[in-house]
Amino acid sequence: MSKEPVAVIGVGQTKHVAARRDVSIAGLVREAARRALDDAELTWADIDAVVIGKAPDFFEGVMMPELYLADALGAVGKPMMRVHTAGSVGGSTALVAASLVAARVHGTVLTLAFEKQSESNAMWGLSLPIPFQQPLLAGAGGFFAPHVRAYMRRSGAPDTVGSLVAYKNRRNALKNPYAHLHEHDITLEKVQASPMLWDPIRYSETCPSSDGACAMVLTDRAGAARAPRPAAWMHGGAMRSEPTLFAGKDCVSPRAGRDCAADVYRQAGIADPRRDIDAVEMYVPFSWYEPMWLENLGFAAEGEGWKLTESGVTELDGDLPVDMSGGVLSTNPIGASGMIRFAEAALQVRGLAGEHQVDGARRVLGHAYGGGSQFFAMWLVGAEPPTS
Amino acid sequence: MNREIAVVAFAQTDHRRTSDESSEVEMLMPVLHEVLARTGLKTADIGFTCSGSSDYLAGRAFSFTLALDGVGAWPPISESHVEMDGAWALYEAWVKLQTGDADTALVYSYGKSSPGSVRDVLTRQLDPYYVAPLWPDSVALAALQAQALIDAGRTDEPALAAVGARSRADAETNPHAQLRGSVSQGEYLVRPLRTGDCPPIGDGAAAVILAAGERARDLCERPAWIRGIDHRIEAHGIGVRDLTDSPSTRLAAERAGAFERPVDTAELHAPFSSQEIVLREALRLDDGVRVNPSGGALAANPVMAAGLIRIGEAAARIHRGESDRALAHATSGPCLQQNLVAVLEGDPR
Repeated sequence: MSKEPVAVIGVGQTKHVAARRDVSIAGLVREAARRALDDAELTWADIDAVVIGKAPDFFEGVMMPELYLADALGAVGKPMMRVHTAGSVGGSTALVAASLVAARVHGTVLTLAFEKQSESNAMWGLSLPIPFQQPLLAGAGGFFAPHVRAYMRRSGAPDTVGSLVAYKNRRNALKNPYAHLHEHDITLEKVQASPMLWDPIRYSETCPSSDGACAMVLTDRAGAARAPRPAAWMHGGAMRSEPTLFAGKDCVSPRAGRDCAADVYRQAGIADPRRDIDAVEMYVPFSWYEPMWLENLGFAAEGEGWKLTESGVTELDGDLPVDMSGGVLSTNPIGASGMIRFAEAALQVRGLAGEHQVDGARRVLGHAYGGGSQFFAMWLVGAEPPTS
Repeated sequence: MNREIAVVAFAQTDHRRTSDESSEVEMLMPVLHEVLARTGLKTADIGFTCSGSSDYLAGRAFSFTLALDGVGAWPPISESHVEMDGAWALYEAWVKLQTGDADTALVYSYGKSSPGSVRDVLTRQLDPYYVAPLWPDSVALAALQAQALIDAGRTDEPALAAVGARSRADAETNPHAQLRGSVSQGEYLVRPLRTGDCPPIGDGAAAVILAAGERARDLCERPAWIRGIDHRIEAHGIGVRDLTDSPSTRLAAERAGAFERPVDTAELHAPFSSQEIVLREALRLDDGVRVNPSGGALAANPVMAAGLIRIGEAAARIHRGESDRALAHATSGPCLQQNLVAVLEGDPR
């Protein structure tokens, strides 16, 4: 028996900022959910189930906050699930919600991910001491910087590639009204002159700490037929996980990422991702991850990803635009960041991405990763319903 | 929808007050090995893996990532995690199998309550602005529910004591239970609940394997077919709820088909004796139904795993031929806020 096709008919985001002191956690998530419902021209009563995701509960200091958020998300009397798969969680959450539709358990599902980082300090929330384990330094940058250095050594990429990614993404963010960082006076020189945080990662090459939420309304064929605006159709979706650290792990290009992409491409009938995919919303928390993931996802041969970045292929008007929204480098409410990638991919194929719309985007990949480069979640959405 | 999916194997730890000498991974590993051994499957044979646990119990962020090392996720696996009781991880796996993307699933969950004060920890689940600052603990909230039941004339203290006594007597034959045999009803912990009305605090883990269709018949002599499974949540504020009723349990049971035919067994996740009273009524269980033959959560309550254990225990009775149609229930949140119901059946004998 074939799966029910899954359509995205509503997308909503908050304006991401450093601190939303004007709203509670409930107020924040409700704002995004309300906008997704408005986009789909639906009401709370049209929703059959709610699937919510976020990163560690310590980031807000609320244990299993979905219990308290049931009322704000109109979930009372409905099924409500809470997903947590580290940084990939926003993507995984969308995929769990999509499964409910694909399996015909529910017709229309609201999925939402959020982080209100201003409630605590995420860097130290990530740095709790673990007995008998090596401390992973302070924050995520300390963990990932050696992997970036390994990539630079392996590929022979020039030192400047990271700054090109940051400069591009921050300029893209200027075209996205929901992006957190709007640096109107950004220049490449400023990025390259910013302080070194975790060599080789400079301050301007790291993601901000944001408060924000992102929501989507997913529905079946019948729901899509009633939708007032074009739908984005899911053509493939997958999750893959591997252990954090083990002998032989490729930290630069983890196999779980390659396997996950291969699974998505197989489902979507993508033979050559570079040719068949029009744009990518990629999870790039540190600038160098753009060339690294370009290789991991099969858009470039090993050691060649940086050449796409350097030659402008990934620019908004390039041949394969990456992070048109400004990406994680411009907006990072951690738990929501993966879902924002998925939702921005959907907006592109719906033709509703506004100023950062890529002309003629028909097939776009949304990508998320988390943990120690070990959890991957991806989906490929298209402007047309899947044929098989 | 409606692919035939069954629980084909179940394993659990011996639940204990403390497990200081082992990490969560070390506690979980033997259970994973046991559940795989029961089916002869290896990690690489499993189509989908899903787990449930809580960072707040572990006391650190991303605690589930280390558990993944215990699974042996290499080559990389298709895997997900819920910050919920393992019963919901099983639900996610059931959905995944319904899509046809996988034919087998490994589900596990674990929780160590011993490192902290679980009564205090669970207060962090409450509305962070208006309720959590008051630190009302899980026993105090359950006591409000018990008092509401007594005030409504639906139970009394001797009836509550009988629930606890029956549970621990039944647990005599459950080698994994933490509290067994004759247990004193004790002093009031929070009036009207005495220690005997409350669950033991302990550590434990559990794992289940699901399989679809013929695969299930290959892996298990008498699979426990999931005929229906559903879960529902209620409002968070206990002031807006009728604590003597559980409409979410009733609705989930209806959706799971529990009322279509009587069940012979019910494994209820009722950590407090008073909650069994609420659940029995919501589920319309009469005296002919064998309730919590394992001893239930009053005999062992490893938080985050206790709900999955109810499904596992109900399935194991079907595997052993001791039940033909069983109901399993899991709960989460204060005073039964969120509830899951599964109906399991064995093939006719």
